[in-house]
Amino acid sequence: MTAPTLKVENLETHFPTRDGIVRAVDGVSFEVAQGEILGLVGESGSGKSITGFSILGLIDAPGHIAGGKILFKGEDITRASPQRMRQLRGARIAMIFQDPMMTLNPVLRIDTQMIETVQAHEKVSDVAARARAAEALRAVGIAAPEERLLSYPHQLSGGMRQRVAIATALLHKPDLIIADEPTTALDVTIQGQILYEMRKLCRDTGTALIWITHDLSVVAGLADRIMVMYAGRIVETGPVATVIERPQHPYTRGLIGSVPGALPRGKRLFQIPGMTPALINLPPGCRFKNRCSRADALCDTMPELAELSPGHGVRCHHPYDAKPLTPSETAA
Amino acid sequence: MLVFIIRRLMQAALVVAVMSVLVFVGIYLIGDPLAILVSPEATELDREEIARSLGLDRPVWEQYFTFLTAAVQGDFGKSFVFGQPSLGLILERMPATLELALTATIMAVVIGVPLGLYAGLRHETIGARAIMAGSVLGFSLPNFWVGLMLIMLFAVQFGWLPASGRGQTVEVLGIELSVFTANGWKHIILPAITLGLSKCALIIRLARATAREVMLMDYVKFARAKGLDEKRVIGVHILKNIMVPITTVTGLELGALIAFAVITETIFSWPGMGKLLIDSIIHLDRPVVVAYLIVVVLLLVAINLIVDILYSVLDPRVRLGGAK
Ligand SMILES: Nc1ncnc2c1ncn2[C@@H]1O[C@H](COP(=O)(O)OP(=O)(O)OP(=O)(O)O)[C@@H](O)[C@H]1O
Ligand code: SF4
Ligand SMILES: [Mg+2]
Repeated sequence: MTAPTLKVENLETHFPTRDGIVRAVDGVSFEVAQGEILGLVGESGSGKSITGFSILGLIDAPGHIAGGKILFKGEDITRASPQRMRQLRGARIAMIFQDPMMTLNPVLRIDTQMIETVQAHEKVSDVAARARAAEALRAVGIAAPEERLLSYPHQLSGGMRQRVAIATALLHKPDLIIADEPTTALDVTIQGQILYEMRKLCRDTGTALIWITHDLSVVAGLADRIMVMYAGRIVETGPVATVIERPQHPYTRGLIGSVPGALPRGKRLFQIPGMTPALINLPPGCRFKNRCSRADALCDTMPELAELSPGHGVRCHHPYDAKPLTPSETAA
Repeated sequence: MLVFIIRRLMQAALVVAVMSVLVFVGIYLIGDPLAILVSPEATELDREEIARSLGLDRPVWEQYFTFLTAAVQGDFGKSFVFGQPSLGLILERMPATLELALTATIMAVVIGVPLGLYAGLRHETIGARAIMAGSVLGFSLPNFWVGLMLIMLFAVQFGWLPASGRGQTVEVLGIELSVFTANGWKHIILPAITLGLSKCALIIRLARATAREVMLMDYVKFARAKGLDEKRVIGVHILKNIMVPITTVTGLELGALIAFAVITETIFSWPGMGKLLIDSIIHLDRPVVVAYLIVVVLLLVAINLIVDILYSVLDPRVRLGGAK
């Protein structure tokens, strides 16, 4: 068996601040195999993006990786030299950022920004690089790519910019793509098209994909496995069918309750009451405690991520015992 | 683009017209030119005679019109002191001033941008703090004092550099310039530092502030995520964004430098139009003062136009003429 494309062990990413250390990622471990799609789900501030940036080695100082290992095809890249990381970034590991309006440099043309990406990793002529860029744009459904290449970012819509960013990430057919909410700015048809393309890419080329989102319904149809993050920790992880149909963690249940579909369009989704705690000076015990209906005295100690069935891990003292969701809970 | 330039030129014409009225009113009507032109012993009849021959008995608007007609033909009257057309005197000295102001500006940008960029990107280092402390000094030291200190040090103490004059010049495209001779360089360096020091400090601070802002932008992170090396991330992605405000401020400051070159030119006896202006004011040489003011206004208008065009070249989001 080949090594997984990515294996993260006990990753800890900290931001020292005046008030104390923000533990944005706190002991996260997971794997993504070749061609596998992992859905990384959680509320705002749960540490999803920081997990992605940690893998790329792009945590802004004074933030840093404080512990753990990130094995990319067996190589621990937390110890890699800056040159080695530069080689990997954009070529073997690519990331699509959350906010398409801010991802492209406003004063550089699209062709400049894509051609430089090609040439950062391969010695090719400008003409060949431009052809590659145009081809990548066409692959994400951009009509007249040669013309688009001559545009500046402000001349493109948000959806178009996000597709440019996606095309840029695909330029070198990376082994791992970290996609941070890449389709939120797109309309539904394009979203479907992109999801389909990405899925096909993973299947065809063996690219591993980490798809970060708030929205469980997006990953439900896309991912092989789901990992739910809460306050810097994994609270539940497992095959997509298991997690969606038999969620064990109260937080995951809450998230599923907030999935659109059962509700008429435009209506505000059910939200789990309360907020993600500040990731600073956290008290011991389960971090979901103050929002959990099942919490009791036992929850003052931190539960371990326990495997309930093969590949299905839950961090909770009182999991739902593999009971399927009741109809009323689904409708909640 | 063309529409924009035409519109700006029309605006410029308006500004110059308003300016000409102000200058005319300010210089020709306040204070009595006859007091200078006519000897105190002259009779009342003589005075009236002279006033009539100079057109000073005509209504104000007619005098202004006469002035304007001559002015658009480049005639601002003859200098009382030199007996030559005043515009010619100004234009003759303009290259010296422009050369000094441009040299000072270029030095300020070439030194200020890298230092500011460094101070912004490595803001926690001792080097960055030293640069910022230096820039505070550059800001607060008075211009004339810096000039005098430089003269004391490099001209008087060490005798390395001359303290006055323009040195050897060569004719380039019909204009006498000193930056193309070694001797000319020796002459221009001290006044250029004097003039440019505070601008350099300003550019350092501006470059640092914008660098700190830009380096946190997502597009810089994305540039790194694409695997670009630091040279390209800083030299292209960050620098190009910084140059947008730098260009605007530098352009505007260039205008100020030309206007404020007066002090530096006086200290270093630099034969530019600023020094001519001071001499003319001392000798009440009105035609020269008027010609100077009009020429400087025209220069400022031209610089502003160039800055606007450059701005739109550097920042594609800015469309000239406001059209989307
Ligand atoms: N530079 C920083 N300094 C201090 N804390 C930070 C910094 N960057 C991120 N954090 C903290 O890390 C936590 C995780 O942030 P992250 O961006 O990963 O959240 P997320 O799950 O991606 O949320 P969203 O869905 O809103 O993008 C947040 O609580 C945030 O406060
Ligand atoms: S450990 Fe306790 S508080 Fe935490 S989720 Fe489980 S039941 Fe709720
Ligand atoms: Mg995020």
